Amino acid sequence: MADNVKPKVRVPKTAAAGEVITLKTLISHPMESGQRKDADGNLIPRSIINRFTCDFNEQNVIDVTMEPAISTNPYFEFQATVPEAGTFTFTWYDDDGSVYTDTQDIAIG
Amino acid sequence: MIKTSLIKTAGIVALLTCATSAAAQDDNQLVINGDLEMITEVPTQDYIGGIKTAYSGWRYRNSDMQAMQLDDFENPASLAVDEGMASWTNVDGSEGKSCASCHEDLAASMSGVRAVYPKWNEDAGAVMTLASQINNCRTEQMGAEAWKYDGTEMTGMEAVISLQSRGMPVNVAVDGPAHDTWLKGEEMYYTRYGQLELSCANCHEDNADNYIRADHLSQGQINGFPAFRLKTGGLVQVQNRFKGCIRDTRAETFSAGSEEFVALELYVASRGNGLSVEAPSVRP
Amino acid sequence: MKFSRRETMLMALGASAVAMLPMPAMADVDELIAAFTGGAEVGEGGLTLTAPEIAENGNTVPVEVSAPGAVSIMLLATGNPTPGAATFNFGPLAGSQSASTRIRLAKTQNVMAVAKMADGSFVQVTQEVKVTIGGCGG
Repeated sequence: MADNVKPKVRVPKTAAAGEVITLKTLISHPMESGQRKDADGNLIPRSIINRFTCDFNEQNVIDVTMEPAISTNPYFEFQATVPEAGTFTFTWYDDDGSVYTDTQDIAIG
Repeated sequence: MIKTSLIKTAGIVALLTCATSAAAQDDNQLVINGDLEMITEVPTQDYIGGIKTAYSGWRYRNSDMQAMQLDDFENPASLAVDEGMASWTNVDGSEGKSCASCHEDLAASMSGVRAVYPKWNEDAGAVMTLASQINNCRTEQMGAEAWKYDGTEMTGMEAVISLQSRGMPVNVAVDGPAHDTWLKGEEMYYTRYGQLELSCANCHEDNADNYIRADHLSQGQINGFPAFRLKTGGLVQVQNRFKGCIRDTRAETFSAGSEEFVALELYVASRGNGLSVEAPSVRP
Repeated sequence: MKFSRRETMLMALGASAVAMLPMPAMADVDELIAAFTGGAEVGEGGLTLTAPEIAENGNTVPVEVSAPGAVSIMLLATGNPTPGAATFNFGPLAGSQSASTRIRLAKTQNVMAVAKMADGSFVQVTQEVKVTIGGCGG
């Protein structure tokens, strides 16, 4: 069970209609791989974010299946086409069932 | 005054090792967020005999790691910085205050502060580090419990305070009432510790830019602390790093917040006087 | 040291049991690729993997994958105990079929990317990344 999980995204405020923009996302999460041992020598169970999606106005931009080799505080950079003004929705799915989201509006200009 | 014998020894040793420019780094110019130009190379002050030019640790990293500092979003410390920002307005302690209650605006009140620490505090009659000052505020002004000297809350707060001086040259005072403490730090820097009998100077002055096993040795400057260490995946406090170094000589190390480390921190900071405050930096 | 017949038998059983254990990482990698490709042949070309030659620290290694026209790209750390890193599936509003992330590498190894192209074909690319273990980095 991860606590203090905070998402953070960087999206340009505006874009020309049809422009390709770069998005960067970050979320604070230990991404416990399931390989580490605690002080008593017991394996610390795996507990990671296993999926990340980015949608724009209900259409999917990217859908990432995540595995333990992703570093702590998962970072992604990818590109999206912006056909019109709207809202980006970012969603992270945790092994423990939690779902974290962040949104960011973008205007055409 | 400065012990001339120490300076002579340091000078001779410096001559024996080929004084190289930091030749192995990939980039020389650090500009953060596209507009903040950083000083990563500067002539040392005349009270520093062993090195003629101070180089920030950034100069010794490969270009992938250097790139992580170019942009505040890319910097892995960004999440810890956000936590520190939140902490600034967090009420804590018997007096019902937060940092903001007295200092109000972070940027206005803390601009230039990190650049001059460690510094002499008249009331305390001693040299205070940023961490000891933060804890002093907490216990004396806020009625709150002191934070663990090199713990996560402390490094988060050090990071946001340091950010308000980022780019400004480090400028710690080595004379006046701080001078004795500075001399003590200088002596420690050149003292061999531990089973391996290594002094700070043996690695960071005699062998900066060389490799010790797979580590590319820097000058051990601390303008970038608290540093985000990829090894630990978090911010590391400067005296925590001192502990690690001395432990690596297989010595009983001093503790974070000890008089010895305060003196060492003042001296090591002065070796980098003129370099830009670079915290939070990214290091291996 | 004298072993009883029973002890000798047990030791032999133990030895053969160990010999039958699968080579962990490589078997996993082949399985992961097979699951991704459905057993189809994997070619080369049109897929770029950008990763450092030497990673100063294995905890956070920046990598980028790019394959114009791909439907999805799978990234594997073939030398890790669990080789899976990520699978990027590009949606209709993807601005390009590329993505960057940071991965953990347990040791020097080959990082591999496999891309599924729009026409159903598969391509792969591999790059060795050296991971240094420090000296006195504490």
